[in-house]
Amino acid sequence: MSLMDKTAYSVGQMIKEKQVSVTEVVEETLKTIEEKDKQVGGFLTVAKEEAVEEAKKIQALLEDGKLQGPLAGVPIAIKDNINTKGIKTTCASKILYNFVPTFDATAVQNLKTAGGIVVGKTNMDEFAMGSTTETSAYKITRNPWNLDHVPGGSSGGSCAAVAAREVLCALGSDTGGSIRQPSSYCGVTGIKPTYGTVSRYGLIAYGASLDQIGPVAKDVRDCAALLETIASYDKFDSTSMARKQYDFTSALTRDVKGLKVGIPRDYLKEGIDEDVKGAILAAAKVLEKEGAIIEEFDLDLVDYAIPAYYVVASAEASSNLARFDGVKYGYRTKEYENLHEMYKKTRSEGFGEEVKRRIMLGSFVLSSGYYDAYYLKALKVKRLIKEAFDKAFEKYDVLLGPVAPTTAPEIGKSLTDPLKMYLGDIYTVSINLAGLPAMSLPCGFGKNGLPIGLQIIGNCFKEKDVIRAGYTFEQATEEKYIQKGRV
Amino acid sequence: MSREYETVIGLEVHVELATKTKIFCGCKTEFGGAINSHTCPICTGMPGALPILNKKVVEFAMAVGLATNCDITRLCKFDRKNYFYPDNPQDYQISQLYLPICRNGKVEIEVGDVKKEIGIHEIHMEEDAGKLVHDEWEDISIVDYNRSGVPLIEIVSEPDMRSADEVIAYLEKLRHTIQYLGASDCKLNEGSMRADVNISVREVGKKEFGTRTEMKNLNSFKAITHAIEGERARQIELLEMGKDVIQETRRWDDNKESSSSMRSKEDAKDYRYFPDPDLPPVSISEEWIKKIKDSQPELREEKLVRYETEYEIPKYDAEILTETRQVAELFEETSKLCDNTKMVSNFILGEMFRLLKEKDMDGTKIPFSPEHFAKLVKMVDKGVINIVVAKEVFEVLFKEDIDPEEYVKAHDLGVISDENELSEVIDRILAENPQSVEDYKGGKGKALGFLVGQTMKAMKGKAAPQKVNELLHSKLD
Repeated sequence: MSLMDKTAYSVGQMIKEKQVSVTEVVEETLKTIEEKDKQVGGFLTVAKEEAVEEAKKIQALLEDGKLQGPLAGVPIAIKDNINTKGIKTTCASKILYNFVPTFDATAVQNLKTAGGIVVGKTNMDEFAMGSTTETSAYKITRNPWNLDHVPGGSSGGSCAAVAAREVLCALGSDTGGSIRQPSSYCGVTGIKPTYGTVSRYGLIAYGASLDQIGPVAKDVRDCAALLETIASYDKFDSTSMARKQYDFTSALTRDVKGLKVGIPRDYLKEGIDEDVKGAILAAAKVLEKEGAIIEEFDLDLVDYAIPAYYVVASAEASSNLARFDGVKYGYRTKEYENLHEMYKKTRSEGFGEEVKRRIMLGSFVLSSGYYDAYYLKALKVKRLIKEAFDKAFEKYDVLLGPVAPTTAPEIGKSLTDPLKMYLGDIYTVSINLAGLPAMSLPCGFGKNGLPIGLQIIGNCFKEKDVIRAGYTFEQATEEKYIQKGRV
Repeated sequence: MSREYETVIGLEVHVELATKTKIFCGCKTEFGGAINSHTCPICTGMPGALPILNKKVVEFAMAVGLATNCDITRLCKFDRKNYFYPDNPQDYQISQLYLPICRNGKVEIEVGDVKKEIGIHEIHMEEDAGKLVHDEWEDISIVDYNRSGVPLIEIVSEPDMRSADEVIAYLEKLRHTIQYLGASDCKLNEGSMRADVNISVREVGKKEFGTRTEMKNLNSFKAITHAIEGERARQIELLEMGKDVIQETRRWDDNKESSSSMRSKEDAKDYRYFPDPDLPPVSISEEWIKKIKDSQPELREEKLVRYETEYEIPKYDAEILTETRQVAELFEETSKLCDNTKMVSNFILGEMFRLLKEKDMDGTKIPFSPEHFAKLVKMVDKGVINIVVAKEVFEVLFKEDIDPEEYVKAHDLGVISDENELSEVIDRILAENPQSVEDYKGGKGKALGFLVGQTMKAMKGKAAPQKVNELLHSKLD
């Protein structure tokens, strides 16, 4: 078994036991990226020199006994909308083509403090808007299971890189499913934490009230360890929550006896592929056999989640993306007569189609005369959706369902019909609207051989229930779905 | 013109709060400094940066709200006002639209002994923008974000004012109140207080308001007065000609003493306000309100009443003594230390304000201590120095905050009341001025004053005036 096929946790152990040095791990990672990323295209920037340099420092700290955490010395890839000091951060947009942050995102800071090593920045849908990573201004990322298919999105680069074993683990961000859906498509594990658990300071905002940074890795243990490392209360993020505890790895036990699991009936109705549905139901059976109590139930307002999500997220995006105006940093159009024209040309040329579409949509729903009918109504729906989940969690410990209705589509088949693409987010967006934690983990393969993800949803601050259920499933299936992509 | 018109005026007043740091980051608010030296990722709108609310801003806003009888919104929110301009780094301003911190207040003003209440619609918190610096020579514009994120409150009045005098009285009232609270220095000419004036006219007796215009760029009370008078006349003229007043924003030109249209309502931007998702609602507890209430200093109107009753100071003098909190505090503290309210008041009203004016200072900074001031007054009281010398010493005190006792000693300025010494000088003066002596003896009492003056002059002002008088009388009568 190659080093890159191992989990981040076990490589961390090997480093501590001096079976391998940090430099060896980093160099193996950089070598693998160089070999495989030509095909996969998961990375926008590889921070080669910085990583090699950092490896030496971390090794020294380890030898001085100054680093204890499970991820000390482990290389990590960071989605390109998360600020990395001194390393270009573009959001896969032309408008930030040359932007080098002056500060690390708090999540990155936390990783570094724990001895994690940033090896590069991963491709994504431009400003995290998209479900295929095809809206990136720079490159196509391919699904390591079948290079003709998309990796999903928007954290497609992070998920594809982990699936292709280019890197042991990665950070993504999830506004409406952007960690879970590509995790599902790429056959890796990802967690979208409870809103407020991981600081958003340094995450370049898309939908600020929905965005969360989260881990992407091979298995549940790695995700739990990574989440434990990046999560913190941060005074630089006013929406950050001071949680009683940030210990997630203690939930890694194979024990779901008596765990009450609800399956929203609407999640398995029309629109879902039969093999996806089959895999989800089979996964439920596995948990049932482990002692969980499985029940189908009616979750209210499922149909309203997508419109509410696109109104809220686009409204916030239209304002969050205003600062990319050619004045202070990033792209500025070459020729212009006056300020107005500078703004107009810079933004017309700097943003891609999907981003412009959402800025237009968001500006529209916030404009006077439409605010009440769209934005306020969407906020109301958001609140009602939260209430529907609250009701569900009175009865169940976790909810189970698909992540996406299908497996990864072919490259080039999605962007022509944005509305259809939006509808693919049906199982993920409501979780962001309600601020809940949810995990995607591999639970099978479609007839086309592409991975299928299982979504486990928890109540607010109940990541540990999610992790316990996910870990139990993984153990019960002897990790047979954690296979590597064909690249 | 047979019809009579009434002017209806409402004000939007921006006040820069006197916090040490900005509203959403830790950068300094102080003026000056190299371009962009007081900036950070937050106040320059860097990607990934997030705002953190400065609690002191909320406390100042609450203090102003409580002092102007507002209701405090227990759960207030920040909203984003979206518009593109380079001085606005995020291309949205964080402000409050839907749930401002203070609502439904009122203040009492007085114009020519007539008292009137002016309603306050709301007070909200917001951030200031940066500044564009145009370099004509290089044909470039530079953005300076040192002011970006400096905290402001906007105080929106009801349309309750009817004349420029009422507007000035209202602004003075706000200025005094806010200065006393220490929430701002409220300087119109320096921009720490800015007023936009909404004006409309209607025929006397009519109930509904006329169409209003908003006047901007008013940097002095004089400009405000002239702008109101000019805009009233302009609107009446339009109406008299049978034309409509257009709802628009106008810009006052102080040099031309006239206004011109900036933008009409049709051009008004749609700011697409919505709640800022980066800032959770601010929850204001009863305890917090109580804490702010309890720490509220005695305000000017309370002092005015007390000065008239407790110190028996005439209203006019009391108004000057309370012009700023600092002057009032100097007066009160010094009076407490030396127990001669009248003389303290006289020094402040006479000498101090003259010196302040000479130095182009307002009464917000007092360059000397009440302890030293009190010593000076006591020395006059005890006859150690006379009033002429005291005024000279006060000037040095004002400039250098010296200890008057030490100063008088070092410069040998003590009063001379030694009879022999004085007698010698007086004999000489009498000998030098036989005409005056004759005049006095012939019944011209005035001549005595001249002789006193000559003696004082010869003694370089140090003679005890009482003694000089006595001696002169004994020698002449």
